[in-house]
Amino acid sequence: MSGFRTLLYKEIIRFWKVLMQTVLAPVLNAWLYLLIFSHVLSAHIQVYPGVSYTAFLMPGLIMMSLLQNAFANSSSSLIQSKMSGNIVFVLLPPLSNFEFFAAYLLAAIVRGVVVGLGVLLVGLLFTDLQFAHPFWILVFALLASAAFGALGIVAGIWADKYDHLAGVQNFAIMPLTFLSGVFYSIHSLPSFWQGVSHYNPIFYMIDGFRYGFHGVSDVDPMLSLAVVLPVSLLMAWIALQLIRSGYKLRD
Amino acid sequence: MPSAIRLRGLEKRYGLVQALRGIDLDIAEGEFFALLGPNGAGKTTVISVLAGLARPSAGSAEVMGFDVVRDYRETRRNLGVVPQELVYDAFFTVREMLTFQSGYFGLRHNDAWIDELLATLGLVDKANAYTRTLSGGMKRRLLVAQALVHKPPVIVLDEPTAGVDVELRQSLWAFIRRLNREGHTILLTTHYLEEAEALCQRVAMLKDGRIVALDRTDNLLRSEEERRLELALSSDDLPDSLRGRVLSQNGRRFVLNLPEYGELEAILAQLRQADIRVEEMSLRQADLEEVFLKVMERAG
Ligand SMILES: Nc1ncnc2c1ncn2[C@@H]1O[C@H](COP(=O)(O)OP(=O)(O)OP(=O)(O)O)[C@@H](O)[C@H]1O
Ligand SMILES: [Mg+2]
Repeated sequence: MSGFRTLLYKEIIRFWKVLMQTVLAPVLNAWLYLLIFSHVLSAHIQVYPGVSYTAFLMPGLIMMSLLQNAFANSSSSLIQSKMSGNIVFVLLPPLSNFEFFAAYLLAAIVRGVVVGLGVLLVGLLFTDLQFAHPFWILVFALLASAAFGALGIVAGIWADKYDHLAGVQNFAIMPLTFLSGVFYSIHSLPSFWQGVSHYNPIFYMIDGFRYGFHGVSDVDPMLSLAVVLPVSLLMAWIALQLIRSGYKLRD
Repeated sequence: MPSAIRLRGLEKRYGLVQALRGIDLDIAEGEFFALLGPNGAGKTTVISVLAGLARPSAGSAEVMGFDVVRDYRETRRNLGVVPQELVYDAFFTVREMLTFQSGYFGLRHNDAWIDELLATLGLVDKANAYTRTLSGGMKRRLLVAQALVHKPPVIVLDEPTAGVDVELRQSLWAFIRRLNREGHTILLTTHYLEEAEALCQRVAMLKDGRIVALDRTDNLLRSEEERRLELALSSDDLPDSLRGRVLSQNGRRFVLNLPEYGELEAILAQLRQADIRVEEMSLRQADLEEVFLKVMERAG
């Protein structure tokens, strides 16, 4: 397993060396959201009784940063290695397909969780947060970063240029995130969009995560788990199969 | 002697391009072997198949008895590849790259060997430099070092001396020769045919995905009856006995055919008898480059 450990370590060092853009920038981003939204909206909106808007906003914001960064980690690492050709350094050694998959996935989870923690710490400057059910917080953080880390592997292998990745980010991940209740409870949406949101896995990631903090949520956290767990497993399975197939990695 | 590399009916298609059209080849353990051929002949494709970077469309390939597809992990443990492309990872330093590469092969305490590689390849000063700051030749040396971190029994070098300066080329070959003496099998591609001629016991020439010549280097050199004797003489006329050998004449300069070195003695004796002095003399033997060109021409 030491090949796996080395690749995991290398993938973590890779983003750690450029902390400024991989961790600090997304945390700063979240801080700006907090500053603006909580200032503008906190007087007008209370989604759940006894929960301030800023406190309501926090879990969604953490989850958004976490899954975007998990995706960015595996996808950008893979496309960079493919485009520069140095992917051969990990294709030539006797790493198994599973080790390859697991190293990229775990590194993405680490990046997602580190950024998530950063956003959480910044959030605590703005508002008190409860941690009603820490176990749920952890479960949804890990499952969501795994799902998007795996999606990042798939996108990184498939994409031929950075443009393709930006496409996935801007036309799939961003809209799904914004339509998932990061900034609002979906109960405040017109019923059509409420219905649509129920097909959005990110909605369940955020809702279950929010339950972990506030102990209240739009849907039962067990239902969220019942959606998010299979989605994460499916994404991971697809990523592993893609690596096994050698698609775009081995001619 | 078991085969270090064994190809059987190996074919590779990239879409519509048929890069390999049925290659059969055995390279014995401990051999120093050259794979030659013009651009696009399929040399890199053979190497890619061995390394698992490309998958055979038909036929099979084995490294140290392990099938490249079925036993891919064993194959890769036994193989060290210096890729043709100058690739590097700009995020890391020379030493980091070598430490990672060792780790991928399951080697966790490899510093003594890494230090030796750095010293042999003249990279000690650059050990802590970021790879993007290396010159082209230094990047090439780093690729060689990376291929050797796990002391693979079979070493494959795809044009390792392209862009490397004379001094390093010499020391690189001295090093590879040493590894060969220690029992490593070496497979080499190069467009510098004098390198292949000096280093390799056997040569395969590839053209358009097929092997068009495969023999010991000395046999290939002998196969072309191209030994010639160039003379500048004190006379512009030759004794009758030598006229049949003349390939060309320019005043008192002659080029004579010389199939066997042993005949040199007799030729000189005949000149002495006719009272003709030799002012300049040189022997020319076909080199691998000429053989290569002939073989390629014949192969159409
Ligand atoms: N990844 C690829 N996709 C499509 N075609 C390829 C690929 N790699 C090689 N080819 C084609 O296969 C043929 C053999 O190429 P290869 O790289 O093996 O040649 P080579 O003998 O190494 O040449 P060179 O001396 O230029 O390195 C060429 O026609 C090339 O265009
Ligand atoms: Mg080549």
